[in-house]
Amino acid sequence: MARLIGEVILDLQNVSLSFGGVNALVDISFDVREHEVRAIIGPNGAGKSSMLNVINGVYRPQAGEIILRGEHFRQMNPYKAACAGIARTFQNIALFKGMSVLDNIMTGRNLKMKANIFQQAFWMGAAQREELEHRAKVEEIIDFLEIQHIRKTPVGRLPYGLQKRVDLARALAMEPQILLLDEPMAGMNIEEKQDMSRFILDVNDQMGTTIVLIEHDMGVVMDVSDRVVVLDYGKKIGDGSPDEVRGNPEVISAYLGASH
Amino acid sequence: MAVSTAGSMPAGVSAELDTFPRLMLAHARTRPDRPAIREKDLGIWQRWTWAEAAQEVRGMACGLAELGFKRGDRLAIIGDNRPRLYWAMCAAQMLGGIPVPMYQDAVAQEMTFVLQDAGIHIAIVEDQEQVDKLLEVKDQCPELLHIIYDDPRGLRHYAQPFLHELDGVIADGKSYDKTHASFLEQEIAAGRPDDVAIMLYTSGTTGKPKGVCQTHGALIAAARGGCSFDKLDETGEILSYLPMAWVGDNLFSYAQALVAGFTVNCPESSETVVTDLREIGPSYYFAPPRVFENLLTQVMIRMEDAGAVKRKMFHYFMDVAKRCGADVLDGKPVGGKDRLLYALGSLFVYGPLKNVLGMSRIRVAYTAGAAIGPDLFRFYRSIGINLKQLYGQTETCAYVCLQPDGQIKLDSVGLPAPGVEIKIADNGEILVKGPMLLKEYYQRPDATAESINAEGYFMTGDAGFIDEDGHLKIIDRAKDVGKLNNGAVFAPNYIENKLKFFSYIKEAVAFGHHRDMACAFINIDIGAVGNWAERRGMPYSGYNDLAGKPEVYELIQECIEQVNADLAHDAMVADTQIHRFLVLHKELDPDDDELTRTRKVRRSFVAEKYAVLIEALYSGKATQFIETEVKFEDGRKGKVSADLVIRDVKTFPAVSRRAA
Repeated sequence: MARLIGEVILDLQNVSLSFGGVNALVDISFDVREHEVRAIIGPNGAGKSSMLNVINGVYRPQAGEIILRGEHFRQMNPYKAACAGIARTFQNIALFKGMSVLDNIMTGRNLKMKANIFQQAFWMGAAQREELEHRAKVEEIIDFLEIQHIRKTPVGRLPYGLQKRVDLARALAMEPQILLLDEPMAGMNIEEKQDMSRFILDVNDQMGTTIVLIEHDMGVVMDVSDRVVVLDYGKKIGDGSPDEVRGNPEVISAYLGASH
Repeated sequence: MAVSTAGSMPAGVSAELDTFPRLMLAHARTRPDRPAIREKDLGIWQRWTWAEAAQEVRGMACGLAELGFKRGDRLAIIGDNRPRLYWAMCAAQMLGGIPVPMYQDAVAQEMTFVLQDAGIHIAIVEDQEQVDKLLEVKDQCPELLHIIYDDPRGLRHYAQPFLHELDGVIADGKSYDKTHASFLEQEIAAGRPDDVAIMLYTSGTTGKPKGVCQTHGALIAAARGGCSFDKLDETGEILSYLPMAWVGDNLFSYAQALVAGFTVNCPESSETVVTDLREIGPSYYFAPPRVFENLLTQVMIRMEDAGAVKRKMFHYFMDVAKRCGADVLDGKPVGGKDRLLYALGSLFVYGPLKNVLGMSRIRVAYTAGAAIGPDLFRFYRSIGINLKQLYGQTETCAYVCLQPDGQIKLDSVGLPAPGVEIKIADNGEILVKGPMLLKEYYQRPDATAESINAEGYFMTGDAGFIDEDGHLKIIDRAKDVGKLNNGAVFAPNYIENKLKFFSYIKEAVAFGHHRDMACAFINIDIGAVGNWAERRGMPYSGYNDLAGKPEVYELIQECIEQVNADLAHDAMVADTQIHRFLVLHKELDPDDDELTRTRKVRRSFVAEKYAVLIEALYSGKATQFIETEVKFEDGRKGKVSADLVIRDVKTFPAVSRRAA
């Protein structure tokens, strides 16, 4: 692999998050290096999705710090995160069901649209020029993810596996530097999982995007990720390469299923 | 009708245009600005004129030569229908080489045989998927020296020195061509019409695939015959989406395109064909019956979902079309009232329907490759699409019989094509002779001798007869036609085609040779039956689950009983009504060797693999357990198992009305 894993791009330090009396995350620290695929695993309720939500600012942690490219944040907010090049997909697909695939992906370009609302409403001048540019970019992503055949299909009519792919396409439309994927392969069959794994690796390899993903399928995690962090009941119980994590006794008993 | 010589070419020039590279250069000279080929890329149709195409081909040819490609070498071509892969065929031919297009969906192990048999040194492939397959088997193919890929995506980190990007090869070739202009001219001048132009491997329903060697002369004769027969010219448009390894695609998208100079359009991906078809609106169209069947199934599903008014209107006008549509198309006399109703139907139903199917502009459409169900055939003709049948095989450039306009019979494949001679052997086998016959099977003189008899006739292996008007009728594969124990002729294909016309039935395999009665395996059409189940609020988890539902069995049983009733009307086949059937727990799949890559059932293989099921059909059992291995697309294996229910079907006494 010629892919170069770079410096730490995102560093989480001593992050704690609680909802009332429930401690979702307790004093968690880990970092993400540029161009790597970083997996977060753990049993249900371990705090994996909460972790992503902290990174892109949906949840505000009570303690800890987020350091993004050397810049310190007490907490993120979704707009700041998006502007800083963090995109995400959702565990329960959050697309616009009635809109076509193309239009859904175009919404991912929203932040990059510079024309004012008046120009956009009447599709004049700058708006028109801009839309053509955005459309070209979107077409590249459609080609990349091989969804040409559903370009004009309303998302609600698509099978689950394809909706997941559209979700990824929309996130890619932001041309993110960091991509957060929340269970990109949940509910898929073997072939769909293989396709999705390939797309994730291709995105990482060809666009150089740093990827943080949550995944349940151990086979997939071990295959695609460079480093894995393991959570259990809001605590970090393991961190390292897939092999190290696989050999960690605490991880085995908590998650991978120990011999009883 | 005489064998035609180049229709639109000026006399004198035509004599020289006897190889494909010469035809290519002639188009670049005579119609440089007409579109030669289009491809949809990133959502936009890209176009290359004949002049541009010729430049690319020249570049590719010189690039190949620099990699050591020589006269007589074979060039493997693997991928979907892409302009550059078509050009690769011409580039190889410019150098006197032989392109060998291969099925792009074959798994790596299947490719090994052809790569070894043809002694491939250089392969041009579409993308990473194909490169990976070749890398997987490269150790078993020591002769494979270079792999050239068209789409570099995902291949950036492949460091093997024998991998080349096509862009680079063409660029090198172009600069070589600039400095050595005479090189290619000499190579092209050295080409002769009886050089082998292409090698196509037969799908191999029997034994190992064989490489069929077709010459420039044979293909060009077949293409010229077809073009003059249907008056094809440079204004035509076709969509090329059938596998390049299939002789049909070769004749239509390559040979005829180069003879007539019409425009070839390549779809964006194999999944977008339906949309691309609508956007292009081809004037000339070729598809195996399966494709027409799928299109009709989709139309029927959507009509079932339509509102009551639309549905009523559709069925009313389809009845009108059934009554008089085909006659209107053939220009036969039709009553005033029907004519008026048909005109209304065109306005409200047939026109919009043709538009949805992307067939509004079709002047001629052909189907071949397998027998087409008469009802299916009638459907397309009745809505005004000039669908015709042709008959031919790889060994005859898919050019033996064609149906002439206005003389369409549902159960014949038409008259011998211009220049073709047909004879029926004593055992009913069809024998053909003409300029389009294969030169030989590659390195298989034994097979060549077996298939061409002493008088120079090619033995097709199909059984048929010539009717009173001189039209050829095909009954079945000569070897498939069997007999029931009571002596009745059993033609499985005939029965299966009747079953497959029901949109709910995707595939059927009938058994009966040396048996007391006919029985059948059924594959349901997951789209059509799934939709049917959804409308009834029936939950199901997948093919296996749906196929086993009693309601589905009920549905299929009704279909079979209708077929039986139909068979009972014909004394010849009344004895071959289906007595018992089962619905298979998995779809027959080429990956599991049950179908050929052209999706014909491998009858003997299926019979062997599911012997236990056949036994159960004939032993009177009500259920049978079966476990089957399945291969996934990546070559991994899994198992599916099921307890299959076997049902008896009502049969009908033979109706001898016609005899009386």
